[in-house]
Amino acid sequence: MTTMSDASGAAALPPKKGWRDNYLVQGWLMLTLALAFGAVLAAVQLALGPAIAANKRNETFSKVPELVWGRELAAKMAAEDQTLGIETRNLPVTQNGQTTYYRVYDAVWNGQPAGWVIQAAGQGYADRIELLLGLSPDAEQVTGLFILDQKETPGLGNKIAADPWRGQFIGKATAAPLAVVKTTADQPHQIDAITGATISSRAVTEIVNRAVADLKTELAAAAGKAAP
Amino acid sequence: MSQNQPTALERFVQGILPENPVYRQLLGMCPTLAVTNNLLSAVTMTAAVMFVLVCANLIVSLIRDLLKPHLRIVIFTLTIATFVTVADRLLAAFVYPMSKTLGPYIPLIIVNCIIICRCEVCASKQGPLVAVADGLGQSLGFGLGLASIAAVREILGTGMWFGLRILPEAWPDWVIMVLPPGAFLTFGLLLGLVNWFNARRGVKEGA
Repeated sequence: MTTMSDASGAAALPPKKGWRDNYLVQGWLMLTLALAFGAVLAAVQLALGPAIAANKRNETFSKVPELVWGRELAAKMAAEDQTLGIETRNLPVTQNGQTTYYRVYDAVWNGQPAGWVIQAAGQGYADRIELLLGLSPDAEQVTGLFILDQKETPGLGNKIAADPWRGQFIGKATAAPLAVVKTTADQPHQIDAITGATISSRAVTEIVNRAVADLKTELAAAAGKAAP
Repeated sequence: MSQNQPTALERFVQGILPENPVYRQLLGMCPTLAVTNNLLSAVTMTAAVMFVLVCANLIVSLIRDLLKPHLRIVIFTLTIATFVTVADRLLAAFVYPMSKTLGPYIPLIIVNCIIICRCEVCASKQGPLVAVADGLGQSLGFGLGLASIAAVREILGTGMWFGLRILPEAWPDWVIMVLPPGAFLTFGLLLGLVNWFNARRGVKEGA
């Protein structure tokens, strides 16, 4: 097979290769286009890059007032043009010799700590769930929950991102770990599971519990220091 | 070049119904099945494909006399990839939530065979005006296909169109319609309907 194609190739081609057969000469159009397109893409990235990065940051920042103040107060404050000061810090947590970092948003209003927003993530039913958890300044109470990113089953698991379900977390005390129940929640530390999506419900609750367990002491101490 | 080649108007019209990419050519099945669980993502996907297809067709048509037969596919792909990246960045900058919803399906337009098919069939053989008309027609046809599937899936799956409630609250959402199986069911039924309709029309014309 190889010898046959070699033979026919040799017969079809002129005996001596001219400069026109050089790969670079053959591919001049492609090389030129690659350079031109590369320049276009660089320009697009330069022009749009900051806007895209700002979109990502804003998505988180825009949720902080609601998570710290609750929706009504946040809307009222926004109407009065009052804004929260938001500072970002990365808190290390060492467990089993491994250090992981939580991104924590430190909300300050009129020089007083207004609350904390923790960005936490964990495994859900389908993929990683990323969420924002709002805590009171002393870290004793949950003030809000927002799902940043999830790929749970549409129509079932993705209800974790819907208001009625995540609203359950608001006002929960962090003293005891939260527990998911399939029957109606009647204890203060209980969370109703979503019908047909118990695993997604548990996953979110686990992420919340772990973030609280990891950071509660540290956050309460930091808030105590900031407001003597 | 011009003998027997369709005109710009013919190319435009053909793309919409007679050569509909979704129902007649069965091309671009990945987005057809993946992003049709609501109308808004179907429309955004169509807009992105239209942008890429028209731009790629235009560029390929302009350089068609410089193309070498054995290097043409590489150049098509290079051109398409560039415009897909531009479309992806534009979506992320201006409609960020939509860009998150569509996720990997925007970068995947690179391998959407509708576009490379139009570059090969039309843009590499005809002038820029015809190529742009062809791109517009084909992407409108693609949009029509996507929107028809999305309309059925969204209203049966959530009772809504474009996120606005159409059916009364009492409607029991057929969740399966917004899940992947719903895409196959809806597409299969609609495709069957289109074929049945065409066959019937063919019989009438023949008689």
